[in-house]
Amino acid sequence: MRHRLDIQIGPVAFRIGSAWKAPLDALGRLYAAYPKPADGLADFTVRLEPEKPWRRWLRPSVAIKGDYILPDAAPLALAHGLLAAEMGMNLQMALGQKNYLLLHAATVEKDGRVLIMTGESGAGKSTLAALLGERGWRLMGDEFGLLDMDTGALMPFPRAVSLKNGAIRVMEAEVGADRFGPRLEDTPKGAIRHMRPNDRAIAGMGQGGMPSLLLFPRFGPAEAVRGVGKAEIFMRLTQASTNYVSLGRRGFDALARLVETVPALAIDYPDTDTAVGLVEAFWRERAA
Amino acid sequence: MAGPTYIADDLYELVTVPLDGLSLVYHEPSGATHIVAPPAPEILEALMEGPADATELLRRLHARYEFDGDEVIHVRLGELEEAGLVRRA
Repeated sequence: MRHRLDIQIGPVAFRIGSAWKAPLDALGRLYAAYPKPADGLADFTVRLEPEKPWRRWLRPSVAIKGDYILPDAAPLALAHGLLAAEMGMNLQMALGQKNYLLLHAATVEKDGRVLIMTGESGAGKSTLAALLGERGWRLMGDEFGLLDMDTGALMPFPRAVSLKNGAIRVMEAEVGADRFGPRLEDTPKGAIRHMRPNDRAIAGMGQGGMPSLLLFPRFGPAEAVRGVGKAEIFMRLTQASTNYVSLGRRGFDALARLVETVPALAIDYPDTDTAVGLVEAFWRERAA
Repeated sequence: MAGPTYIADDLYELVTVPLDGLSLVYHEPSGATHIVAPPAPEILEALMEGPADATELLRRLHARYEFDGDEVIHVRLGELEEAGLVRRA
């Protein structure tokens, strides 16, 4: 590939190649503080290629390629090249990761213990994790929780936080402009702006922790808290995992252990400050 | 009652984890995970003693548990067979 960037995020090393310079420049700025892979080897490769050869120049559109591909992934406009790189990295993880049980979840750490938040897209877990990451918690990741199947620990994967629509304003009020990528308008998910996790999150990217609480947050009209049965938690987590089925017995044992040992709650919240308050209150009770 | 004789895989191929009154069952040969309600886990455990028809199975279940599902045993066995957790001998 004409242009290349290597990045280490938590335990995973990525190599991103691109036919264009601009998406990698944007990615390089966003990940400027991240280390390079120690041994120079990549776990996953992402390639951003023209959809057709002439599409490098004419109405450029980016196809996402790599070790693992979705044949029907739609190409993106070159203006969204940064998004294509991020999506490519997610895709490689979702389809190729075999060393960890992958949970589609946001994770934050405090006092050495990990809070896992999982839910459907739009539930607000990214925003909540990003906000907690600026208010005394360590952001471990906003997209994937990596469950170590041998130890039961969660490992960090603090890639750039992908903020969508209303969440962009919430975090712009909280964090300096130097930590944001460009605002991408009219993407398939609306407006998107990436935010670099803070220095603490990046410095701690090798440090995992044992899970202590599992939350299913949902952005809703009124504050509400419900218990969730363990069988339902297990089912929801298998649905939230992109590689549970392919891991076989190791995945089953690890997930069953997580569900047996970690308490879980579902919360509805009308605004992010309410959610942060609920999380802090649960955490104090958990520690008491 | 009698009818067909059923077999379940042994403990190493059928892993059961009780969770809040329900049970997770991981079936090693298929890689499938099932969430089952009583008396399914009890039937599977009773079948691990060896193949049994419905009459023998009820005898084992009565000996181990306060079992009162005599009328539905064929239905439950049919469901377990459909799920691939038991098979006919």
